[in-house]
Order: sequence, then structure tokens, then C-alpha cells
Amino acid sequence: MPAVVIDDIHKRFGAIEVLKGVSLTVESGQVVAVIGRSGSGKSTMLRCINGLEPFQSGRIEVAGHEVVQNQKRLRALRKDVGMVFQSYNLFPHLTVGQNITLSPRVTQKVPEKEAVERAREVLAQVGLSEKYDAYPETLSGGQQQRVAIARSLAMQPKVMLFDEVTSALDPELTGEVLIVMEKLAQGGMTMLLVTHEMNFARSVADVTVFMHQGKIWEMGPSEELFTSPKTPELANFISAGVK
Amino acid sequence: MTSFGWPEFLFLLRSTGWTLLLTVIAFTLGGVAGGGIAIMRLSRNPVLRWIAMLYILVIQSIPVLMVLFMSYYGLTLFGIELPPTVAASASLAVYVAAYLAEIWRGCIQAVPKQQWEASASLALTRFEQYRYVILPQAIRISLPPTVGFLVQLVKNTSIVSVVGFTDLARAGQLINQAVFKPFQVFTVVAALYFVICFPLSRLSRYLEGRLNARRSH
Amino acid sequence: MAMTLHFESVIAASPIIIDGIILTIELSASAIIGGTALALLLVGTKSLAPKYVGWLVDAYVELMRNTPFLVQLFMIFFGLPLVGMRMTGVQAALLAMTLNLGAYSTEIIRAGVDSIHKSQIEAGLSLAFSRLQVFRYVVLMPAIGRVWPALSSQFVLMLLASSICSFISVPELSGAAALVEQRTFRSFEVYIIVTVTYLIMALTLKLFLAWLGRWLFVGISMNAASGEKG
Ligand SMILES: Nc1ncnc2c1ncn2[C@@H]1O[C@H](COP(=O)(O)OP(=O)(O)OP(=O)(O)O)[C@@H](O)[C@H]1O
Ligand SMILES: [Mg+2]
Repeated sequence: MPAVVIDDIHKRFGAIEVLKGVSLTVESGQVVAVIGRSGSGKSTMLRCINGLEPFQSGRIEVAGHEVVQNQKRLRALRKDVGMVFQSYNLFPHLTVGQNITLSPRVTQKVPEKEAVERAREVLAQVGLSEKYDAYPETLSGGQQQRVAIARSLAMQPKVMLFDEVTSALDPELTGEVLIVMEKLAQGGMTMLLVTHEMNFARSVADVTVFMHQGKIWEMGPSEELFTSPKTPELANFISAGVK
Repeated sequence: MTSFGWPEFLFLLRSTGWTLLLTVIAFTLGGVAGGGIAIMRLSRNPVLRWIAMLYILVIQSIPVLMVLFMSYYGLTLFGIELPPTVAASASLAVYVAAYLAEIWRGCIQAVPKQQWEASASLALTRFEQYRYVILPQAIRISLPPTVGFLVQLVKNTSIVSVVGFTDLARAGQLINQAVFKPFQVFTVVAALYFVICFPLSRLSRYLEGRLNARRSH
Repeated sequence: MAMTLHFESVIAASPIIIDGIILTIELSASAIIGGTALALLLVGTKSLAPKYVGWLVDAYVELMRNTPFLVQLFMIFFGLPLVGMRMTGVQAALLAMTLNLGAYSTEIIRAGVDSIHKSQIEAGLSLAFSRLQVFRYVVLMPAIGRVWPALSSQFVLMLLASSICSFISVPELSGAAALVEQRTFRSFEVYIIVTVTYLIMALTLKLFLAWLGRWLFVGISMNAASGEKG
């Protein structure tokens, strides 16, 4: 059963149509990378999937939930769908541990002790066990982003969405975050990730999607897509983007 | 003619206590209402938003004195006779609620939008978002302007004699009528207000400095 | 309890109310002009005069900001005649309002002056302007432009606070209301009319000040936005 089904969605901001009929299927356990120019609608598509942006027409189903603008149903969906943002968005007034245990305790009613255990587990997974009691502002950007990933993992999601999670990081810090994501992929997590890291998309993602002007312009197995792009737009993008 | 001596000074001190008590009650009542109005002002429901906006706009555009008269005579018109303490605190609370609502709305909006998105993505309800994520951050931001407003409130309590409450300013007026030493009496009255307000003003400024230091950190 | 409102007798007394409105406008307008002038003088003094003069300005500002307007009004109205300065209620009101608003505006405008970048001042000095000229042409207008919203709210607050002058029987709008109330015994009706009048005056003043700000400070607030520290 597919984990994510996007069926012909259209999304407008005022008069500007940002998604012009996007369809995409992500199988369970698959890793799909989304690449494309700035403004091509990548973030918007990702945000539609977990209901942060409403869309005008089309249909999205993720982890067995249909995306509708109904708060209760959206919350049920979000318990199964993790989202990691470019700017980490940790809660600055809470420690790392509190950031991670907050939602399991509040929304899933996990008992304190179990929530803490879970938090220590996911922190170990991202290699930050010793930072449990630290405040976000004392961490580097890369560490904060790994905590943000751990915070999503603690929800035990079925699908994870990543929106350019390394774009705000200094180059020397992107590696540690990418390693965490690669391990997640190997562990069988279903992942949909927007990225500017072409090498990462090529080597880790099963499928890569190229978005252009609000449409899925081209998609296919990553290796194939990068070695033999079919459209001049993708070819241009790849030759300009590969550093 | 009596002179301005110890008994008069003690009367002023006692009235200072009443001024403080009135401030605390009005601030508490107004704070509860103001918090609710601030959240209404940011609600997703346009009707609630509109009511809150209108309330704030109207109260901030009429003199506190009129707020006092209107609440006082308004209640009397409905046949409700209130003791001065209740009348004064309730009508001051009407004024406090509008100003605190506006201050706190700004503080809630000063919390970055991404905090809302991140907490929504973690499946928190709107109430839980406020409770665990937004308000703790907003409260920190709100301390300096809230303490600053407290100074305004202390000063504005000085007009509550119009609803029959004997506060510090009224006590000064009464003593002055008896001893007719306006400079002495009102200097002491002003000094008592100053002793309350000045430390609060400094505290507000100190808190703001600390907040800015943290931010630029 | 029957609750009926009767506006007839109140409307019959409308000349008193209208005189009150006019006096409120006159008092507020004079205090805004006088208070701003005083504030400019004090801010200029603080920026240019020796330190201890600046401390005096600070002391004045803090004293005014941390005591109620009503007590200041009493001090002036009841106190000054004792040292030979007899004055009418209206004169006392005008003096108190000007001194009060002057203190608040000093604080606001000073914050604006502080936000002007040092390089601007140095640029002015290097163009052979005198310190006073730099203050006037390089610092002041942009400074006021930046704090215009805060200054505007303070002006509106002053208009509203002018109602407190009714405590010394000045027949501005609130004082007029008290007169009409004594004459007609229709308290609630009087205060409804007067409250709505204040509302209209305050909103009009807000709109006027916003318009004035756009007209006076063309381009300056835009500079402020881009000059803001991150
Ligand atoms: N809230 C919004 N209101 C109006 N327009 C928006 C909004 N959010 C995004 N847009 C517009 O929608 C388009 C797509 O934006 P989106 O953020 O999805 O692009 P992106 O592919 O993620 O780009 P980037 O690589 O810069 O993140 C852009 O033209 C953007 O200006
Ligand atoms: Mg994006």
C-alpha cells in the first residue's frame, strides 16, 4: 500500500497558482527526493501533505489519512507524519529532552517514564545522548537539526517529511545531518525530502522528482534521472546545481 | 485649623495601601479578562476577532474617567448598587483588560510563526500549542511592557474618587481641604506615588534590557 | 426596575457640551504644541549641554512619568497661588498638560535620537555643520519620524487625560458633563453622549496624526525600517 498518494492537487496563493496539478505516489519504505529551483513549489507541496497549507483541488492521502482541513482529523494525521523544517524550530524555552517528550506525553498520553526512555532512544539514534538536558540555544545548528529529527521520530511516525533540512547549515555541519537521514533511510523509514544536496538525492533516494513551475516536470529512479535527464530544464538544473 | 502632622501622614499611608490593593485587584481581574480578549483577538473565528478588536479600540479611545463613569452609572441604571471598592476595581478592570489585551496580543504575535507550525506538526491542539509552546515564550516577552503598564495603572487609580473610593489622591485632597498646605500635602502624596512607580519603571527597563540581551545573544 | 433613557433634557443643555468640546480641543491642541516644543528643547539640551544639566532633565522626566497627572494638576492649581502665581483653572490645566506631555515626549523623542546612527552625525559634522545644525537637520526629523507612532499615541492619551482637568472644575468636555449632570440628573445619558464624543475626537486625532506623519516624514519611516537593527 502506498504511504503517500498525491492526486492532481492545485494550490493558489491569491491569484498565483503555485501547484498546477501535482501527482505523486510514495510507496511504503521508499525514499523520494524532491529537487527544483527556488519557487518551484517544493515546500508548498510538502506543507500540503501535512495540512499546513490548504489546497484548492485534488486529493492527498498519507499514512492512511485523507488530508482535509478539519483540525481533529489533521491531528490524527500528524501523529503519523513527521515534519522537519529548514529552520529546526525547536522550542527555545524547553530542554532537548522536553522538546522531544512534549508531544508524546501530551498528544499520545505516553507515561512520563516511557516518554523519557523513548526520548533517550531517539537521541542516541541521532548521536546526541549527552545533550538531553541542554537548551537548544547552546547547540550548533547541526545538533539542533538532529534534535528536531529526533523530536519527530519520538512520535513514531509512519512517514517523514524533510524540507531542505540542511540549507540553513554551514557546509561542515550538513554532513552530520545527512548521515542521520541516511541511517533512517536504511532503517526502512518512508521519507519524502526536499533537498539541494544532489549527491545525497542521487545516492540515497530511490526516486527523485524534479519540480518546475509548480509541476512535476520529470521523475524516475535517482541514478537514471541524474545520468540521463530527459528534459532540457532538468539538464540545465543539474549542470548548474552540481558543485 | 489643624496642621499637617503624623495623623495626617498615617492617613496618607493607609490610603496608599488602598491604592495598592485597588491596583492589585484591578490588575488581576483586568489581566484575566485581557488575556481572554488577547486570545480572542487572535482567534480563527472572525466574529470573536472582531468583538475583541472593537472592545480594544473603543476602550483605548475614551478617557479612563469615562470608563469609570459608564461602568458605574451603567450598573446603577440596572439597579445594582455596588460598594466603592467593587465599583472601582470592576470599572478599572474594564480599562485594564483593553490595554493588557493589546499589549499581550503583540507579545503573542512576537513569537515566531514557525513555532506554531512546528507544534502543529507535532499534533498539538490549539490549546496545547498556547499552553506548552506559545504562551511560555510570549510571557517572557510580555514582562517589560506589562510592568510598564502597571505604572500607568497605579497612576490612573488616582481618579477613582469619582466612584466614591478614598485612595491616596483623594486622601491628599481631603487633608489639603483641612490643613490647606497644598505644597506639603501634595509633595508627600506625589512622593508616595513615586516610591511605588519609580522602582516599577526601573524594573520594566531592566527586564527589557535583559530580554534584548538574550535576543541579540 | 424600569430602565429608560431620556436624552431630551440633555440635548437641551447641548451649548454647555459644545463649549466643553471646544475647550477640550483648545487645551489638547495647545498642550500638544507646547509639550512637543518643551520636549524638543529638553532633548536638545540633553544632547548638547553638559552632563549635569542632562541629569536635571532626566530627573524632571522621571518625576513626571512616575506621579499621577491628577496630583501634578493639584500641585499646580492649589500650590502655585501660594507662591504668588494665581491662575485660573484653565491656565493650571494647560500648564499641567504641557509639562506632563513634555516629559513623556522627551522620553519618546530621546529614544528616537538614540536610534540615529552615529555615522549620520559624523557625516553631518564632516560637512562643517555646527553641532546644533547637525542636531536640527540630521538627527531631529528622522528621529521624530521613527518614533512618530509612539508620539501619536501619547498625544491621544493626553487628549483623553484632559478629562481629568474636570477635577479642578475646568469646564472642558468632562467638566461640562458634570455641569449638565447636576442640572438634568440624567447621569447615564450625559456620559453616553460625552463618551461617544471622546471616541470620535480620539479616532479623528489618531487618523489626523497618521496622515500628518505620512505628510511630514515622507521616506523617513522607510529608512527606519531598513535601518533597524536585526
Ligand atoms: N504564504 C505564501 N503566500 C504567498 N505566496 C507564497 C506563500 N508561500 C509561498 N509562496 C509562493 O509560492 C511559490 C512556491 O513557494 P515554495 O516555498 O513552495 O517554493 P520552494 O520550491 O520551496 O522554493 P525554495 O527552494 O526557495 O524553498 C513561490 O513563488 C512563493 O513566492
Ligand atoms: Mg522551500
